Order: sequence, then C-alpha cells, then structure tokens
Amino acid sequence: MTEAVIRPGSTAHSHGASEIPLQTRSERLRSSNPADHVAIDGRDEQWRYLDAARLAGLDVNVLSDAAGDLAFTGPNEFSFELVDATDPLFGTAGLPEDLPSANGWSAAAKAAKVTLNGEASEAAILKVDGIKRDRAAHIIVTSKVHSRGTVVIDHTGDASLAEIVEIIVGDESELTVVSIQDWDSEAVHTSAQFARIGRNAKLKHIVISLGGKTVRVTPTAEFTAPGAEVELLGLYFADAGQHLEHRSYVDHAVANCKSRVTYKGALQGKGAHTVWVGDVLIRKAAEGTDTYELNRNLLLTDGARADSVPNLEIETGEIEGAGHASASGRFDDEQLFYLQARGINELDARRLVVRGFLNEIIQKIGIESIETRLNESIEHELTRSIN
Amino acid sequence: MAILQIKNLHVSVDTEQGSKEILKGVDLTIRSGETHAIMGPNGSGKSTLAYTIAGHPKYTVTEGEILLDGENVLEMSVDERARAGLFLAMQYPVEIPGVSVSNFLRTAKTAITGEAPAIRPWIGEVREAMSNLKMDPGFTERNVNEGFSGGEKKRHEILQLELLKPHFAILDETDSGLDVDALRVVSEGVNRAKTAKGFGVLLITHYTRILNYIKPDFVHVFVAGKIAEEGGPELAERLEAEGYDRYVKA
Repeated sequence: MTEAVIRPGSTAHSHGASEIPLQTRSERLRSSNPADHVAIDGRDEQWRYLDAARLAGLDVNVLSDAAGDLAFTGPNEFSFELVDATDPLFGTAGLPEDLPSANGWSAAAKAAKVTLNGEASEAAILKVDGIKRDRAAHIIVTSKVHSRGTVVIDHTGDASLAEIVEIIVGDESELTVVSIQDWDSEAVHTSAQFARIGRNAKLKHIVISLGGKTVRVTPTAEFTAPGAEVELLGLYFADAGQHLEHRSYVDHAVANCKSRVTYKGALQGKGAHTVWVGDVLIRKAAEGTDTYELNRNLLLTDGARADSVPNLEIETGEIEGAGHASASGRFDDEQLFYLQARGINELDARRLVVRGFLNEIIQKIGIESIETRLNESIEHELTRSIN
Repeated sequence: MAILQIKNLHVSVDTEQGSKEILKGVDLTIRSGETHAIMGPNGSGKSTLAYTIAGHPKYTVTEGEILLDGENVLEMSVDERARAGLFLAMQYPVEIPGVSVSNFLRTAKTAITGEAPAIRPWIGEVREAMSNLKMDPGFTERNVNEGFSGGEKKRHEILQLELLKPHFAILDETDSGLDVDALRVVSEGVNRAKTAKGFGVLLITHYTRILNYIKPDFVHVFVAGKIAEEGGPELAERLEAEGYDRYVKA
C-alpha cells in the first residue's frame, strides 16, 4: 500500500480568503505520492513557521536513495536488511503528510529494516553519516513480541535528507528509538517518524536535535490496541541561524492507553528559531486515556525565538486525564545572581542552570554514551555563548 | 583580622518613575569576630545594603565605597566578591531546577577554594553540618530550593555558610518565617560557624527575637536609608520596648 490516500474530510471550513482551512488533525491528507500534496505554503498550519526556501529543495528536487549508505551495528538480538515495498511492514506505520516526506518516500525504493528479536542489553546503532545532498531514506524499526531493546539513529556530517522512519512496536514489547540530529551546520533534514504501537507495548521515542541549518522532525504515535504506553521525549539546542522544528502527534484511537510528551529546548543567538507543535487526539473510542504533554524553552540570549503550540482534541469525556503545559522563558538573572553569590563564575553558573533545565530529559535517556555525548555538546554550545 | 568598610554609601534603583535613591550615605565598619545587628522598619533600606554589598545588578552605587581589607569591592563581580570572602544568606533564595543540592554545594566549594574538595572528607563535612542543622540526609538529592519550606530554605543558606567559611557573613532577615525551634537551630549554626572561623557578622533583622540567640556587639538602627542611631546590645533592648515609632516620627 504505497499509494494509499486518505482525503481530508468535508467538515473543514474557510476562515477567510487568505487562509487555508483548518482541519481536525485526523483529517490531514496522507499520501506517499508527491502529486497528491500541494506545494508548500506558509498559510498552511504545517508550514507557518518554516519557509520552503530553507528546505534546500527536499520538497521538489529529484532525490536519490540513501538506504545502501547507512551503517548498522548491533548485538545479536537485532537483524538488519534492506527490503523493498513487498516487505509486509513497508508502509504500515504511516504515510507522508507533507511534500518532502512524500518526495522522499517515492525516491526511496529500498528501506533499511532493523528487527529486534529478543531482549538486548546493548543498543543497535544506525549511522547516517555524511550522505551528501538530495538524498532520501526510508527506515523501518520493529520489535517482535516480548522483545526489549534500543535503536539509535545517528545523523552526522553534511546532508540534505528527506527521511521516513516507520516504527512498528510489537505486542508486549518495549522499544526505545533515539533519533540524534547532530549534523554539520549547513545540513537540511526532514524526518517523518511514524509509530504504531501494539497491545500492552511500550515505546520510548527520543529526539535530540543539536546540529543542522534546518531540521524538521515529525513523530507520530498511533495506538492500535489497549494497554499501551508511549513516551515522546525531545531535547534541542538552537544556535544563531538554526531552525529546529518538532511536531509530535499522538493518536489515541483505542481505549486505555497512556502517553507522555516532554520536549525541552535551549536557544541562543540571532535568528535561532525553534518550533514545537504537540497534537494529541483522543478519539471517541479512546476511553480511559491518560495523556500529558509539556514543552519548555529557555532563551539564553536576545534575538532567539521559540514557538510552542499544544493542541488537544478530545472526542470523549470518559478519560483518566488529559493536560498540557507550555512555557518559554528567558534566562533567569536571579538564578545567575544566586549562583555567582556562592563564588561560581558566570560561565559555570549558566552551565549549571542550562544543564539543570535539560536534565529532566537527559536523565530519562538511560544510555550512558549518549548522555556523555549530550553533556559534551551542551558544554560546547555554552562555551560558545559566553565568548 | 579582616575588615569590611562601608563609606558614605549612596545607592539607587531604577523604578518606573525613574531612579530612586534608597541608601543615603551609610557608614559602617565591621571587623572579624564582631557581630553587628542592623535593625529598622520595613522599607528602610536594610536589604538594599545587603544586596549592594553582594553586588546585585539591580542596585546602582552613585556615591561612596565598600572596601574589603582595603580592596575596592565595587569593582568586583558578584562571584569575585564571594571568592574574596563575602557571603550573603538570602531572604528569598531562588529555585534552580534540575540542580541537586550536593552538586551545587560541591560546585560552590570548588569555586571558593579554587580546587575540588577531596570526596570523602567533603561528604563527611556536609553530613556533619547537616546533622547539626537537623536536616535530613536525603536533602542533598533534592533540587536547590525547589519545593523547600521556608525553614528548609534558611537552613540551606546557613548550611552553605558553615561549609563555605567566608570572612564576613551578611544575614538578610534569616529569622523571618522561622518558628522558635527552627530559629534556635539556625542561630546555633551561625554561632558555630562564627566560632570555627571567627568571621564578622552583619545581621539584618526587623525584630529583636533573633538577638536572644545571636548576641550582637553593636546595634545600628536603620531609618530612611541611613543609620539613625548606634549603640551596644542595650539599644536592642530599648527597641524591643519602644519600637521604631520614635525614629519614624522624628
């Protein structure tokens, strides 16, 4: 089903001549065929914060398949193969909701497929390093029944990449997927990540965006059976001129599932821009849903901008809980004063405050090598902001 | 023997109505081992004096000087002042989310002494100081001032005083919001630290209650940004009996 299309519903209505009609989240067009998608338009909610010019042509250029250039390493519990559209999982977790993803989908004939077969104590790593310009990649990560383990997708070097990641979480399994965007400064990256969660399964999805000129990650989690849990975590650090955008969507389509979305970011420098849009849909059938989403941004300097938009659509009142919180604040000078009054110099004081702010996410990652690398990156960013 | 001198200190803050002078010529000299109580009604500028000594950016010194052993304090950054031996126990300590007390204390100690303390003796020292202040050992795992009660915040300030061992301790209304038991514990902490280190104390308070526990050598009555009267401990007793009305009306 590589060409399936779900058309927008007819309930959408216009708010004025210059605006594209708002839809309820579930009615957004889904199609793997680029021809089904309209050109990127700033009046469309999906693109209101990101200028198409920043996408380096990922929406319109002819892209080449990068699946063969990805490097996999992992313990025995994992298997890795290149598959095509005949694979039974191909296209089952989700379909593109925007033009770059559809463009990437149609250019990537192969998919790099990682399968978790047992309980793995060590993480598997899929490296996407220096794959250069106008590339497309389709990745499938799946966990078998009762399996447990972690897959890290590590993006480094220079690239312009339209990526699709399908995550199929098997019944009763526990899967952690970490997507690290640690690109060189000119890289451009869109990544549509679709997760389908099985019965009583758990997914921990972690997005870490540090490097790259433009990074847009759109994680979607869809529950398919009761008793499942997802935790969507995100951490980002934007410097001058960087645009880091994250749009999460949790679709509570069935009863008795739980979701937590926690994204935190720090920004510094002129033109540093971050966007977080958190959609949660609780459908009529999703009684007993428990959901909470939170986004916090820390602006370290003037000239940076953080957009933060939680959206909660609730179609049933029979739920456990549904909440959201969003706040963006400037660096607190009183915190700085307190720490300095204890002899701690300004750089160390800022370091403590920013690390403290981001700790809530870092502590939840649970993978020591990544925590160390993150601490080093944050250190590097902060040293730059002081000098 | 260290000496902290405040000479003809004038301090302003920016308000919506423009610059407003809060301190209008303060003269004060404190030596090691001495305890000076600054007493006065609300709004008299007592806390402004404390925060100006510590270097809070909100306050602008328009005239006068502050010298620590002859060194110009006003030219030092906030952290340089702390490293030079000035300690301000704050009335409203701020929360630092995600930063544990143990991490904070070790970072501060390292900054003050210029080298990281040896782990084992340091942990012992922190435990003992906490036990003296009747603090739960699990306290160090909490985030700095996050969810602390009023009493916990004050104990945490005095814990830092005991561990950082400054030359001068400025206590800004440390007694406010404490019940008598907590006040006794906190005061004993100050006295213990003072005995150990022999530092000078500038004790800022509205009420005489704390002076039953921390005995002042000198009492200064602060009114409208200036010292209105000075004397020995007997002046505090008189204030206890008469209040501040005499000064405010004058």
